[in-house]
Amino acid sequence: MNEAIDPASIVVEIRGLRTGFGSVLIHENLNLDIRRGEVVALVGGSGSGKTTLLRAIIMLLQPMAGSIKLFGQEIVGIDDAAAFRLRRRFGMLFQQGALFSSLTVRENVAVPLREHTPLPARQIAEIADLKIALAGLPADAGAKLPRELSGGMLKRAALARALALDPALLFLDEPTAGLDPVSAGAFDELVVQLKESLGLTVVMVTHDLDTLWQATDRVAFLGEQRVIGYAPMRELTRAEHPLIQAYFEGPRGRAAGSRRAE
Amino acid sequence: MAVVSSHPVLNPPAVRCEAGRCWCEGDWTLAGVEGLAARLREVRWPVGGIELDGAGIGAIDTTGALLLLNLIADLERSQGPVHLVELREEHCALLELVRERRASAGIVAAAATTPQGFLERLGRTVVQHFGSAVAFVAFIGEAAMALGRLIVHPSRFRWRALFGNIETAGVNALPIIALLSFMMGVVIAYQGGRQLEFYGANIFIVEMVALTMLRELAPLITAIIVAGRTGSSYTAQIGTMRITEEVDALRTIGIPPMDLLVVPKLLALTVALPLLTVFADALSVFGGMVMAQTLLGVSFSDFLDRLPRVVTLTSFLLGVGKAPVFAAIIALVGCYQGFRVRGGADSVGRQTTVSVVQSIFLVIAADALFSVVLGGIGL
Repeated sequence: MNEAIDPASIVVEIRGLRTGFGSVLIHENLNLDIRRGEVVALVGGSGSGKTTLLRAIIMLLQPMAGSIKLFGQEIVGIDDAAAFRLRRRFGMLFQQGALFSSLTVRENVAVPLREHTPLPARQIAEIADLKIALAGLPADAGAKLPRELSGGMLKRAALARALALDPALLFLDEPTAGLDPVSAGAFDELVVQLKESLGLTVVMVTHDLDTLWQATDRVAFLGEQRVIGYAPMRELTRAEHPLIQAYFEGPRGRAAGSRRAE
Repeated sequence: MAVVSSHPVLNPPAVRCEAGRCWCEGDWTLAGVEGLAARLREVRWPVGGIELDGAGIGAIDTTGALLLLNLIADLERSQGPVHLVELREEHCALLELVRERRASAGIVAAAATTPQGFLERLGRTVVQHFGSAVAFVAFIGEAAMALGRLIVHPSRFRWRALFGNIETAGVNALPIIALLSFMMGVVIAYQGGRQLEFYGANIFIVEMVALTMLRELAPLITAIIVAGRTGSSYTAQIGTMRITEEVDALRTIGIPPMDLLVVPKLLALTVALPLLTVFADALSVFGGMVMAQTLLGVSFSDFLDRLPRVVTLTSFLLGVGKAPVFAAIIALVGCYQGFRVRGGADSVGRQTTVSVVQSIFLVIAADALFSVVLGGIGL
């Protein structure tokens, strides 16, 4: 962490962030840097503001104070046109998938393409099919409606939509929640593979300890309204902070850690 | 996810050919592919084999890789073998990934649908509507049985849900009912009054307004407003609860959805709609009175003096008596359509529309039936 960091390689830069609902503060003076090409996980106990932080970064929630820069551009108080241009540079996978229920998977993936590019319909369909395949779905999934998909396929379809515009930055909210261990493991591998082959920066909220061990470069631990630990998983589990200790030293944390050690 | 640069493209992708060799240039990313096809058509491709030099590619993403692969495939078909050379290692890896995934993608043609002929469509529609009519009758039966169960075991009745529903469907609807029925009274008195004035029969405005309103229009207007306002909300609420599996959760906990979601709504509307109708009666007659005084010079006291002599109790009761029937139609259709929601948000919208259209249609049909039957027995 001591090496000089090229400022252009910081994709997300958060300084002095304060968010909250009414009189309840969620974050106070929170700082976080995410470098290009990293897979970073946000973890912390329930109510520590992981999803709120994610929503602030993707401009769904206006912070009360502080600064958030995406690709070096300030997004607090950004105007609509600049926000629209910025939105095509990141993709978001929502926790429940949030696929449009009246559209097929292919049409879902095509929505951002139709909205942001002037490409002809045939080419959009072709690009959408490629994204569906990149997300690891079988070819016949494109013509299906979201309600006809299983949980794991739904997440992959949502990932295909998040990848539609070839974003440099990908946000995942609980990508493996509700998946069986096999699907969850496959999803972790997919994320790592996409990161390596496409050079993606990935920011994810997760509770899945196996994902934390297998897929992340660094993990930011949220607690006490700020980031109390930010390090690769191996270092983070040795951190002194009592909240971090309690999180990783439970029976589940130890089990995931020892599986990793084998 | 451009390999080199994640910044927006400044360098549009292009191909330049010189002396039998071609160079790919620029950033082959989604942001730059617009217009690429047109630029490629203008390239004078060398005849025979092509050496395509990829060293000049600044950045490439999956879309760019897809287009590059398509270009190569097209050229191989028209010009002969193409060799992609000097590609940077990381670009090569991405191209390979896209090549591999594209092979597994393949567009699966949608199942061929033969266009349906008129007779087939007609047949399907008839069968579909017949099925839904049968299901609706079954739903009415279920609701009746739930009602019967609750009469036998009154302790299970959900009073809180009943009163809550009466408040939202009845009390909260008072302002809009007041406004619209007052305006209806004004309109009827105005249109009728102009005709009566010709014959100097101004005082008959009392019969005109009171009978039309009390017997026909007030119950109908009230029912239509309530169908749009409350019937639709019943459908949307139950439909959303189905999607979020709340209806299944109720069943699992041992609360029959009929008991909690349908019976209280049905009873609440059966109580609220007649009361709203009486309210609408009063406000519409008041609207007629205001118009009669300003337009025809029939004073409030003349109007009120004549009113009880020309309007029988029967007319009033017939009007109000229709309201519980309308209420049952609106509540049952609203709830039934809510339970028919399948899948997602679009289904909620569709069933809500169907619910409002059907309940208004059935209310008007029932009103017509009342007129025929009551006319037949001489009321």
